[in-house]
Amino acid sequence: MSFIQKHITHRDWRGFVLPVGFLVIWTAVTAAGWVNTKLIVPPSDVIAAAYKYFTSGTFFSGLGASLGRDLAGFVLGSLVGVAFGSLVGLSRWANRLAGPTFHTLKHISLFAWLPLISTWLGQGDGAKIFFVALSAFYPVALGTIEGVQGVARAQVEVARVYAFNARQLLFKLVLPAASPQIIAGLHLALIYAWLATIGSEYLLAKSGPGLGDAVIQGKTAFNVGLVVFGMLLVGLIGYALNRIALRAEARVLRWRGRAS
Amino acid sequence: MSAQATVDLPLSARQPASLGLHRVIRLANWWPALRRLLLAWPFPMAIFVLWSLASHYQWVAPQVLPTPETVLTTFGDLLRNGDLRSNGVISFYRVIAGFGIGAGIGLALGVGMGLSPTFKDYVYPLFKAFAQVPSLGWLPLLMMLVGIDEALKIILVAKAALVPVALNTFKGIETVPTRYIDVAKVYGFSKWQLLAKVVFPSAFPMIWNGVRYGLTHSWLALVAVELLASSEGLGFLIVYGRQLYQMDVVMAAVVVVGAVGYVLDKVLALIEARLLRWRREAF
Repeated sequence: MSFIQKHITHRDWRGFVLPVGFLVIWTAVTAAGWVNTKLIVPPSDVIAAAYKYFTSGTFFSGLGASLGRDLAGFVLGSLVGVAFGSLVGLSRWANRLAGPTFHTLKHISLFAWLPLISTWLGQGDGAKIFFVALSAFYPVALGTIEGVQGVARAQVEVARVYAFNARQLLFKLVLPAASPQIIAGLHLALIYAWLATIGSEYLLAKSGPGLGDAVIQGKTAFNVGLVVFGMLLVGLIGYALNRIALRAEARVLRWRGRAS
Repeated sequence: MSAQATVDLPLSARQPASLGLHRVIRLANWWPALRRLLLAWPFPMAIFVLWSLASHYQWVAPQVLPTPETVLTTFGDLLRNGDLRSNGVISFYRVIAGFGIGAGIGLALGVGMGLSPTFKDYVYPLFKAFAQVPSLGWLPLLMMLVGIDEALKIILVAKAALVPVALNTFKGIETVPTRYIDVAKVYGFSKWQLLAKVVFPSAFPMIWNGVRYGLTHSWLALVAVELLASSEGLGFLIVYGRQLYQMDVVMAAVVVVGAVGYVLDKVLALIEARLLRWRREAF
């Protein structure tokens, strides 16, 4: 008891009022049969669907497939984003040549690309990973351009005095100095990549494994429990990815010290 | 400019060197802008040429990659028969309506959480959990609950706008420096004055950031929803073209999707420049 009292202060309880109240109303309304229970299923249905999905074996293969696409696309898009961003940020000519095209194309809403991509690359993993990579590319490229262009001239001059070659300049000065913005871009990219993974699985749904595919199948079969569970899972994984990103960000940027 | 040039002309016989310098300076003024304009073109042109070659010599099937002329003609046709306009207007209306509702609720929520710690204690944990599920995650459930009518699009677009607006409003108000509030108290500001003259102006840039994010997310969510479940709108036009294997229709619609996104962004930038004028005048 004292442990609970020490770790959960009086105020924290307030945060539980709304969710618990919501759960109670949900249970009561469905139990009393005031609503169409085929459409608004009782919470027990969600748990049952979750249990069934867990034990059916498609859960882990689906989760693995989704996370695999997410990470593959994220890594690919981020690498290209950092490379492109450095080039455009450092070279005035690259900026003049490719900058306007890049800034024009970024206005096209991401999902509008999907039908084009599916025509050119099909509905398989290749198309999905390409789409996830595209969605990760924009924030990383934007962050890198911003960071690289913000590197202080004085620092570059010092590097020149020490006769840094181009490679040293890039890896010892420019990229570290731009890292806060690059990492902010990577963080955004992680969120967008997960969104794009789910979106591509909805829109290019096949009978293959994947979290989004499972949700769409649940919707087609009118399995509301599975759909709700899938939704919660999508949110939970997004949350976990976000936490990991925050941790990694704090760790990588520790050298900056506390902002005073 | 032109008047000066005509006066300068007879002088050129006497002072050729200084006029030359004049010309060079004037040339130098517009040269960067012109260069920027000229250099923006080679890259898209190269892609265009490659596209033309690939489609003319049919390196890929025309159903997969139509020629640029086809796309242009289709674009003109769709523009003339009103398909592009009517669908564009529908999408535009949906995004504005959904965004308005979502941003309004988000602003109210953010202000409530920012100003009242009690309200924050009750609402913030649930709000955070709500925000964790991306808009697309809600889509299948909403499709089952409210069908695929107009309500689905408005709700989803509103949700996409609500989260960033509420979060940034809350953070913006929460991070108003206490020094400002102390000073206001010294001057004996009333509660209303404190809000209108100190808290909101100080929080405004952050709130505005949330509004911009909200609009971007709204547009993203709307296009996704229209791709998945709609019988009109730009997203539908894309899906329709895709199903008929008319990639020219798809490409024309994608261009308009980009144009609408660009216009939305520019409108907000203009409003921002107007609203934040006071900031620049201060220095």
